Amino acid sequence: MAKPAVLTHPESLKRPAGPSEYAKDPVNASMSKAEKIALYTKMARIRHFEQRCIRIYQQGKIGGFLHLYVGQEAVAAGTISLLGKNDHIITGYRDHGHGLMVGMGMNECMAELTGRVTGCSQGKGGSMHYFAPDKNYWGGHGIVGGQAPLGTGLAYAVKYMGLKGSCFVYMGDGAVNQGAVHEAYNLASLWDLPVIFVVENNGYSMGTSQERSTAHPGCLAKRAEGYNMAWDVINGHDVYEVRAKTALALKRAHEESKPTVLEIFTYRYFGHSMADPDKTYRDKEEIKEYRDKKDPVLAYEQELLREKVLTAELSLQINEAAMAEADKAAIFADESPDPTVADITKHIYWEEDNRGPKTTSRGTIIFE
Amino acid sequence: MAVISYREALRAAMREELKRDDKVVIMGEEVAQFNGAYKVTEGLLKEFGPKRIVDTPISEAGFIGLGIGASMLGIRPVMELMFWSFSYVAFDQIVNNAGNIRYMSGGLINCPIVIRGPANGGTNVGATHSHTPEAILASHPGIKVVCPATPYDAKGLLKAAIRDNDPVYVMENTILYNDKGEVPDEDYIVPLGVADVKRIGTDLTIVAHGRAVITSLKAAEILEKEHGVSVEVVDLRSIRPLDEETILASVRKTHRALLVEENKPFCGVDAQVAYLIQSKAFDELDAPIHRVSSIDAPQIYCKRMEDQQMPSVDRVVAEALKVLA
Repeated sequence: MAKPAVLTHPESLKRPAGPSEYAKDPVNASMSKAEKIALYTKMARIRHFEQRCIRIYQQGKIGGFLHLYVGQEAVAAGTISLLGKNDHIITGYRDHGHGLMVGMGMNECMAELTGRVTGCSQGKGGSMHYFAPDKNYWGGHGIVGGQAPLGTGLAYAVKYMGLKGSCFVYMGDGAVNQGAVHEAYNLASLWDLPVIFVVENNGYSMGTSQERSTAHPGCLAKRAEGYNMAWDVINGHDVYEVRAKTALALKRAHEESKPTVLEIFTYRYFGHSMADPDKTYRDKEEIKEYRDKKDPVLAYEQELLREKVLTAELSLQINEAAMAEADKAAIFADESPDPTVADITKHIYWEEDNRGPKTTSRGTIIFE
Repeated sequence: MAVISYREALRAAMREELKRDDKVVIMGEEVAQFNGAYKVTEGLLKEFGPKRIVDTPISEAGFIGLGIGASMLGIRPVMELMFWSFSYVAFDQIVNNAGNIRYMSGGLINCPIVIRGPANGGTNVGATHSHTPEAILASHPGIKVVCPATPYDAKGLLKAAIRDNDPVYVMENTILYNDKGEVPDEDYIVPLGVADVKRIGTDLTIVAHGRAVITSLKAAEILEKEHGVSVEVVDLRSIRPLDEETILASVRKTHRALLVEENKPFCGVDAQVAYLIQSKAFDELDAPIHRVSSIDAPQIYCKRMEDQQMPSVDRVVAEALKVLA
């Protein structure tokens, strides 16, 4: 078997998922039954949405890239379930899970993948560019690490306006070597900004393992020390652990206006994107090991069955409903219209989309 | 009406907008405590304090990206680049993020940022500090670019830029910072997308932007006094949006066009203007369109040669006479 993906995975990841050590943590123990079921449901919905996308992609209906979140659900689910009114999120292009977690609908998300005008970006963004500003979700970004300064700016704005809030900046293990990320780390720490950098370490930047891309021998989060920032590592297959440790970072953001780097160890079952044949950089045994023994959605189901919050029948209902919802969304996406040629030149400039007594500019702004 | 410098005009614009809207924040390297590398922001820290006037570390991608992110939540950052040449290290943020986020979100978001700073050659600082990237930036839909040549235009365009709800990039010129001109005391803006005929004439239209306007006005004086030629000088002021009508109206009047720019030739702003004129006023032309750009090489260091590399008054006069021949 090839060397494991991530050399610095915590001990807890080396054994199969079992009862969570964090179930009794106040942030989890205080959840009502309904909240726990809702959290499980959201994780299951992400799983089923993503899996339904595969078939649509293989039918040639999704162009461009499709970066699936399957296997990483607990990261988005655990962190986003803690968000309050003034907590914002921004991520890279593996963004479907985050979108569904903040409450975007499967219909608009699926329709965006097939480029329809009923999509969440009216067919103008695609898979990598889901946005829901009314839900504090600022994208969906395609350039690795480019979202880090943006998210730092969102936190800056929250602080500027005197609000108690934060911005979660999600990125992959490959992003931590981008210059923009380092600049963002420095600014967040220097200016005491309430940023929570979440490194979703799934072991591989596309096909390049952490060992082959990062000089620092320790975990990725430890480099936060170079920027005088707090950091922590989290087993991302345990949604309770994600919640418990993230809650501490959130408290630091809200009460001290200081940033944190959280490295959440997770795994993706599918390739980097659907275009990745996934043949050269990891063993099938490794994927099977995670699927069978460390699946975050299954782990939480087991946890809730143990807690007697879920029953087998309820779990089945939840999963079947999620599958049905995804199927309906696929039909919606298929039957929706495309944007028009006239739509191509809309939504470029706010001033053009909102021409009125207050807009003052003139002249030609769209050229032929 | 007061006579103030281009630098003071920019500063006045920022002061007035800082007072008018508490979401406006000035950010950049040395803008606060140092009073600005070129003293444009002098006195603002003292008046407005460190929350509104912010010194940044040297990390353009970081602080410009931060400003863009903050603008999504309604902050209106006015970010200074010490030189527009430094924009290239932040190119992804400036183009991919500021320019595209509105579009990729299907119109859900807008980024009301301003980035301002010197975009000029002629200062003997060599190839990496002398860029004039207005054409490159203006080629991206989603971005607006303005280029003031006078104190009046500097204040009016910067105020319009700060109030604009889209990304507006302001190309200034260190050599123009000391130029003086009349500027009204009361509140006014220069709308984007409106060119200005800086000199009325009948025999030749010169279209220019930035310091090339000043150069062209000097050339026009010589052409009138020494050659009896009446030259009209159209100052674009705004690159994107572009005032096509004023350019075309002038060409329809004079039937000859000379384009003058500090840009290097390949896809400089005047390449776009030339296409426009021949496309929409072909029958009005009595001669091919001529052009004076900077000589096509990285900016040379030797001062005497750099002055030759730039569109000098002599070169403009010589080329004008060719158009009129």
